[in-house]
Amino acid sequence: MLSFQEQLPIVLNSLNTGFLKTLYLFLVTLAGAIPLGLIISFGSMSRFKPLAVLTRTVVWIVRGTPLMIQLLIVFYFPGLVLHNPIWGGDESGRFLAAAVAFIINYACYFSEIFRGGIQGVPYGQQEAGQVLGLSKRQIFFKITLLQMIKRIVPPMSNEIITLVKDTSLARIIALQEIIWAGQSFMKGSHGISGQIWPLFFTGIYYLVFSGILTVLFGKLEKKLDYFKT
Amino acid sequence: MALLDAKNIYKSFGKTEVLKGIDLSLQKGETLALIGSSGSGKTTLLRCLNFLETPDKGTITVNGETLFDASVQKKMSDEEIRQKRQHFGLVFQNFNLFPQYSVLKNVTLAPTLLKKGTAEEIHDKAVSLLESVGLKDKMNAYPCELSGGQQQRVAIARALAMSPDILCFDEPTSALDPELTGEVLKVIKQLAEENMTMIIVTHEMEFARAVSDRVIFMDGGVIVEEGTPEEVFANTKNERTKQFLQNYRQNEY
Repeated sequence: MLSFQEQLPIVLNSLNTGFLKTLYLFLVTLAGAIPLGLIISFGSMSRFKPLAVLTRTVVWIVRGTPLMIQLLIVFYFPGLVLHNPIWGGDESGRFLAAAVAFIINYACYFSEIFRGGIQGVPYGQQEAGQVLGLSKRQIFFKITLLQMIKRIVPPMSNEIITLVKDTSLARIIALQEIIWAGQSFMKGSHGISGQIWPLFFTGIYYLVFSGILTVLFGKLEKKLDYFKT
Repeated sequence: MALLDAKNIYKSFGKTEVLKGIDLSLQKGETLALIGSSGSGKTTLLRCLNFLETPDKGTITVNGETLFDASVQKKMSDEEIRQKRQHFGLVFQNFNLFPQYSVLKNVTLAPTLLKKGTAEEIHDKAVSLLESVGLKDKMNAYPCELSGGQQQRVAIARALAMSPDILCFDEPTSALDPELTGEVLKVIKQLAEENMTMIIVTHEMEFARAVSDRVIFMDGGVIVEEGTPEEVFANTKNERTKQFLQNYRQNEY
């Protein structure tokens, strides 16, 4: 049996690879969920009632059910129910399925934060822009947007830090992220088996990553502190 | 020819009729005070002139150009409205300064985005406007660092930076502490002396009397009385005007 000193580099190597997958899922989710969330928030604020009701219903369902179930449905439904396995069985297919489920789930959470941010900017700001002769586009980009961003930074940082840890749910469809990598040393991998400490050790990765994000968001919040809305 | 001619303006919100046939005209350089109790339609009238509300009936003409005619069915494009509303400036009750921009940037933002001159011209004009409202030394401050009275003076400079033909004030001192109203009223008085064409909705009767060339008393969506400050404040023959001014004086104590 390998000594701890011999195990450590093997385990770290494997965890690093897993963490890269975790990080990748995290970034892809953000890149997809932020724009989609903005679209959903516009939908839920639409003056066209059926669209608003439909969007709000979708948001209710997605926020009202566990992300784990959503992951399982997105991954297995096409293959097992529709007999059309669009994802394929390999790692890249599992990643794609996980990314789709995460993007939909987080877009719905983000949409509610965006809605609060947009509706929180006083209407007088828009009117002030209008009477000065500015276009809707200019009003949104030059006046409303930054005030909206200032409002949404604290709730968004909360949600994004939750996302860091939620990526571990992708383990349920066997995505080879960091939890999967840590767990592999229990049943045996790279000549190491029956070890639970690598799984526990993954916690350090999450802790450090969310720590970095906390500091970054704190800085952003401070940067926007020069004005009050 | 009058600079502004608004004819037969009607406006309802749902079943509530707020304006019931307003005729208003204004000569260049004239200062008009609009008085009346809350809900009489003063603010809605100003908002109609600034295209923040669309009248149900009526026409608005500035300098002989018809800006709005409710009988024309075609809906105006955003671009058209933006062009037309530039005849007017509006100073809000709650200032509505842009909090993320410095005082100077608040004043230069719209002229810059709408290319109303070179960067230098816009800057110089903004500085001189800020000087005239007594806030040149606050140029680089942010709105949250200013008192309400200072914020309102910046808002006046911001509106003037777009060189409107007619500057409208919607209860410019109603959101201010009593000790701060004076500094704002002084700026407006100074503009009146410079012959800026203005419409002022106000509850400051003494001020309206001192600064305006003409006073309009509105009640229930119609113009009840119109005349010189002397005619309306001192010698009104109209019962409703009398009543309003009497209530107003009683409430002062």
